[in-house]
Amino acid sequence: MSGPRIVYNEGYLDEQTKRVVRRALLKGVAIPGFQVPFASREVPMPRGWGTGGVQLTASVIGPADTLKVIDQGADDTTNAVSIRAFFEKVAGADSTTRTDHATIIQTRHRIPETPLTENQIVVYQVPIPEPLRFLEPRETETRRLHALEEYGLMYVKLYEDIAKYGHIAKTYDYPVLVNGRYVMAPSPIPSFDNPKMHQSPALQLFGAGREKRIYAIPPYTDVESLGFEDFPFEPQSFDQSCEICESTEVYLDEVLIDDQGGVMFVCSDTDHCERTLTTRDHDHITEVNA
Amino acid sequence: MYVAVKGGEKAIANAHALLAKRGQGSTDAPRIDYPQIRNQMGVLVSRVMAEGSLYDPELAAKALLQAQGDVLEAVTLLRSYRTTLPRFGVTIAVDTVGLPSERRVSATFKDIPGGQQLGATFDYTHRLLADELHTPEVATPDVPIDEPMPRVTDLLGADALVERDRPDAGWTDPDPGDLTREPTVFPMSRAERLQALTRGDEGFLLSLGYSTQRGFGNNHPFAGEVRVGEVEVEFYAPEIGHAVPIGRIELTECQMVNQFVGSADQAPQFTRGYGLVFGRAERKAMSMSLVDRTLRHQEFGERIVSPAQDEEFVIAHADNVEAAGFVEHLKLPHYVDFQAELGLIRSLRREFQERHPAEASEAPAADNSTLMEANA
Repeated sequence: MSGPRIVYNEGYLDEQTKRVVRRALLKGVAIPGFQVPFASREVPMPRGWGTGGVQLTASVIGPADTLKVIDQGADDTTNAVSIRAFFEKVAGADSTTRTDHATIIQTRHRIPETPLTENQIVVYQVPIPEPLRFLEPRETETRRLHALEEYGLMYVKLYEDIAKYGHIAKTYDYPVLVNGRYVMAPSPIPSFDNPKMHQSPALQLFGAGREKRIYAIPPYTDVESLGFEDFPFEPQSFDQSCEICESTEVYLDEVLIDDQGGVMFVCSDTDHCERTLTTRDHDHITEVNA
Repeated sequence: MYVAVKGGEKAIANAHALLAKRGQGSTDAPRIDYPQIRNQMGVLVSRVMAEGSLYDPELAAKALLQAQGDVLEAVTLLRSYRTTLPRFGVTIAVDTVGLPSERRVSATFKDIPGGQQLGATFDYTHRLLADELHTPEVATPDVPIDEPMPRVTDLLGADALVERDRPDAGWTDPDPGDLTREPTVFPMSRAERLQALTRGDEGFLLSLGYSTQRGFGNNHPFAGEVRVGEVEVEFYAPEIGHAVPIGRIELTECQMVNQFVGSADQAPQFTRGYGLVFGRAERKAMSMSLVDRTLRHQEFGERIVSPAQDEEFVIAHADNVEAAGFVEHLKLPHYVDFQAELGLIRSLRREFQERHPAEASEAPAADNSTLMEANA
């Protein structure tokens, strides 16, 4: 056989698949927090590496969009770089690292520090969409529990944490109640980020490619992190400030700096850190670039 | 001084260049050509086609070369290509009775109409490592091998000793679901399960099938028939008003026959487990038929006592593209979650030390089940 046989569609996903994903998305937006099954396609990266997020982004991105991709809050982590490069290649998308310039932000494990706006869509990469999975592994069961709004299992787990450790021992993927109805897994963002989901002006989309589920939170929706009256939800917080840009009230990465156990704390959100820094004096900038 | 990790793009490009170099190996050795893979590594090519759900020996051979022999990587390549192809429709169910057998063996009867046909098999070869490979002359067969052979299970079926392979007259074959185009929701139909099994990981199915033989959900299997051969694929074209052949594919089929002592409302008879896989894949087809039968426990009122009987457990974990991706995603950075857990462990330890000031120095971290949970 002569000539190339292997030809990929423009934008990788075919239009029919995009329609399938969009239909699932519409249903997801109409029923906030409800997991909609969808015929998740293979995309040219491994399952578990953001294939759900990639399919969502591919289905909502248009020529006027500007895409930002972060992993662990950073634009320059290798998988974020790889996904951004994919969209630059197949969708000809404009990309940015600035949160305030992006119209679509695909993220793994963080919500940016910069407050989001009505013109933005956040696409979360989700490994395990089912908040009850580790309490009940069977989907046939958990589907019934959601339908009956039977979340006793989850409250018992949280209660047992308090009884054992004195507080809820869940630091990321902390379950939330969406619009007063569905308990939802916010993806493994730290509980620090949970409050940002509540009444967010941005549209929040969640894609679990391997698990073949999509769910969504429309703008200005109540998102309540689970807790008890006497043991309310408490997001994690840091005593330190960022040692590069001196921001406080931000999520910090602890970075090992020597083999003596020395550490420094720096912003996990690299864009926030850079922009905070540029508004500061030149000494700091040169120090960091050194 | 801490330097932020920058230059991911450059690192990725360099890594890919290194990978390509490793793939070529020694620069003075010639590259393997994909037709060599297709022709001489047929079993491997079959596996990539089956688990990649795409019958195309050439592309499977190319994928294997590109993946440097990593089967799961090759399967992933094939799947990501397959998913971009348009689907025209569903072919007419292939006729495996008319499948001219290149190989056909039955363990249940000494002699069967059409005869036992060993064909190309590793069975009865002495597994002695050879320095060089020889291709002896092949004798001309006594029986023409393109003659259709009735299925052993159909012979038994005439007496209703084995369950029928389709419902009574008046039944029409519905279009099957398509796992790759429609959302999967449990519980699945048997057709969907079989789809998932035929593209499932050979090793996983082998272990599950084996577990049923060792007592975890035993279903008393006999290899009613295993056959390998090429079959014509036909597609009904509405424009012309009749079926047109669109090509030939090689298949391995296994009909496992299983003892069933009957229940309150079902007479005792033999039941079936079914396996059908692209290419030469006997081990996979046999494993598949064992697992298929085990998963049919509900139809026969059998109690679920073992992992191989659990549909969600089996089907959700049989796909090696998904499994490999998720296991390997642990290589991706998890700084943020780990930081959150560090904070938690530190505060738990602090509280523990306040409670046990004396033993503080050798205190283990509190129950680390929370650490293991959802480490994603």
